[in-house]
Amino acid sequence: MRHTISVMVKNQAGVLSRVSNLFSARGYNIDSLVVGVTDNPEVSRITIVVKGDDRVIDQVEKQLNKLIDVIKVVDLTHDDFIARDLALIKVKAEPNTRSQVMEIVQCFDGKIVDVALKSFIIEVTGKESKINAMVELLGNYGILELVRTGEVAISRGKKVHEKEETKVKMKAGKAGQSNL
Amino acid sequence: MAKNKLKTGAQMVVDVLVDEGVDILWGLTGGAILPVFDALYQNSDRIRLIDTRHEQGAIHMAEGYAKSTGKVGVCVVTSGPGATNIVTGLTDAYMDSVPIVAITGQVPSHLIGTDAFQEADVVGITRSCTKHNFLVKNIQELPQIMRDAFFIARSGRPGPVLVDIPKDIAAASAEVAIPKHSSIPLSKFVPTPDLHQIEKMAELIKNAKKPLIYAGGGVINANASDALYKFARKTNIPVTLTLMGLGAYPAGDRQFIDMLGMHGSYRANLALTYCDLLIAIGSRFDDRVTGKLSEFSPHSKKIHIDVDPTSIGKNVKVDAHTLGDMNSILSTLTKMVGSQDYEPWYEELDAWHKKHPLAYQQDPNGKVLPQFAVDEIYRLTKGDAIITTEVGQHQMWAAQFYKFNKARRWITSGGLGTMGFGFPAAIGAAFGFPDATVIDIAGDGSFQMTMQELAVVKEHNLNVKVVVLNNKFLGMVKQWQDLFFDKRYASTSIPVQPDFVKLAECYGLKGYRADTPKDTTKVLEEAFKSKDPCIVEIVVDEEEHVYPMVPAGAANKDMVLSKEEDRARVMAAVKTKAKTHGKGGRK
Repeated sequence: MRHTISVMVKNQAGVLSRVSNLFSARGYNIDSLVVGVTDNPEVSRITIVVKGDDRVIDQVEKQLNKLIDVIKVVDLTHDDFIARDLALIKVKAEPNTRSQVMEIVQCFDGKIVDVALKSFIIEVTGKESKINAMVELLGNYGILELVRTGEVAISRGKKVHEKEETKVKMKAGKAGQSNL
Repeated sequence: MAKNKLKTGAQMVVDVLVDEGVDILWGLTGGAILPVFDALYQNSDRIRLIDTRHEQGAIHMAEGYAKSTGKVGVCVVTSGPGATNIVTGLTDAYMDSVPIVAITGQVPSHLIGTDAFQEADVVGITRSCTKHNFLVKNIQELPQIMRDAFFIARSGRPGPVLVDIPKDIAAASAEVAIPKHSSIPLSKFVPTPDLHQIEKMAELIKNAKKPLIYAGGGVINANASDALYKFARKTNIPVTLTLMGLGAYPAGDRQFIDMLGMHGSYRANLALTYCDLLIAIGSRFDDRVTGKLSEFSPHSKKIHIDVDPTSIGKNVKVDAHTLGDMNSILSTLTKMVGSQDYEPWYEELDAWHKKHPLAYQQDPNGKVLPQFAVDEIYRLTKGDAIITTEVGQHQMWAAQFYKFNKARRWITSGGLGTMGFGFPAAIGAAFGFPDATVIDIAGDGSFQMTMQELAVVKEHNLNVKVVVLNNKFLGMVKQWQDLFFDKRYASTSIPVQPDFVKLAECYGLKGYRADTPKDTTKVLEEAFKSKDPCIVEIVVDEEEHVYPMVPAGAANKDMVLSKEEDRARVMAAVKTKAKTHGKGGRK
């Protein structure tokens, strides 16, 4: 099963290497890994998407927790969470296809951020599946280049990385929920 | 210690060492570590530095000291090759949970990353073989890092921590107070026990008819041998130990059924297979214990008590588990359980023991059997020596035939299987226990890997005896070649050997040699009479194999018991092995 794991780490040199090293040394497969600083400049948050059975995921969590620089590990998969991916796609846009490409971009709530004579660069954010669908469609017109960030994720409602963690589950379908 | 005074980085290192209770450390100097050695030299009244002949020797000595005393072992080496030479020792300590602080010199800060002379990315190289490591970036953080290093090394499941100190930082001076405590909370390493789970354990124990305690090195690391003893004696449950756990429960006790695992006793491995409750305490379901996982202890419920969360459920699913301080868990559990006689279960165990005890037949006029040599060492030292070993057949015979009644007297490289470990480890133990007899039961192959440290034994006149069981082979690999490679002895024969008696003499030590059973007894008696260091070479039968043997990938019940056994059965037992493993290794 695919799990999205959020790891709060000390914002120090070498931490990313410790985390990625752990995955390679123990043979766990990372689908994606994104790192960035949080509202606290001393803390970074790593979002890891990893595939594995329950035993593997259990080990991933425990092994991460053992690292000295790791502050907290949360498997978001069990919670209600929002996950987003960003992609920049350079796609062919010939005179006869430009309007079709633009229509697709509109449908997916994307943005054209660069226009050249025979191509567009499109920016799009959303769930992995949405971006996959868009990439597949645009493939018909010829994708020249593609870059994706990998997934960043956050749980709804209460801050999960707080010290006194009480799991308040928000009901799905409330206002503000994206259906993408 | 919180005095504010201008101090060099090197002096801060020494001050924290002393404050952490370190009175001895091992090392080998060099350019980048010079300031630290200079500070150690100036503080030689407070801390003793032992110079070794090779950095690997230094770290194994620190390990031997740590394993025998329970304190943190410290070694200090220079940058580049000095640091890379301790990588084997760090990995060994990581696998066997040995508390080590390794201090390495690094090239000056401004040269880092320039491929400077004797520069290596030591923090990068050692990231996966240390519990944690630090590169000191400025002198202000140095004392806290040193403090944290000790705390990390000894807390929870112990392990090695490395501190890489650039030369300019060790040489610089600053006014930094030495912090009293670590910056890391203990809860990071020692979780709180789960009372509900302990109650569940008591219930499982109450309902078991054939329970078995399977304890390991974690009991020794937690200094919980007494708690284990009380628990086992109260419940009357039989006890088996892993290789790393030997000594955690007295071998002379009626409830002890010998070591388990690849070269464990017939009784222990069958007990593992047929028990209905397996109580794992400070052990980690290592592949040398479980054998074929799908057939591991198939009839039992399983309990697991440990301090390391990652050990739980890593290889084997358990029915109840708790983490935390082993002493308090065991004493809580002991209060909850009652006693049963388990008579039919003990009868079964006794029958297995009678059928295939750990035994050997020494022909008085034949070649010396290595088992006999170990047995004689045991008899002559009355089980009171500290025993270290190298890795291979001699190690397994030592584990099978030397009986340990106390913890921390058995020092061996279990997880990594580091040949060359035993001799320097014996030296480290001898520094920790100057009045004890320390014996390295060695093989000829292993001893030749680190024998340069004979100079250290001579210099400090340590009571270390090296007993080389010489079969002129890398015997364990040869055993695998005998069994699985049609006796093609690729690279396992060691035809050219030093004269070990002369080798001892050239270092100013005593040397003995025996090649008959009678002489074996004679030379061992003589060697053990004095407190002088020596080498005893015993020429042993090179055809001897270690049995029982659970071939890698086979189930524990399918162990091979003797050479005379039907070869077809041996091959059938290992059939599954060929698909998954393919090759042996040193152990």
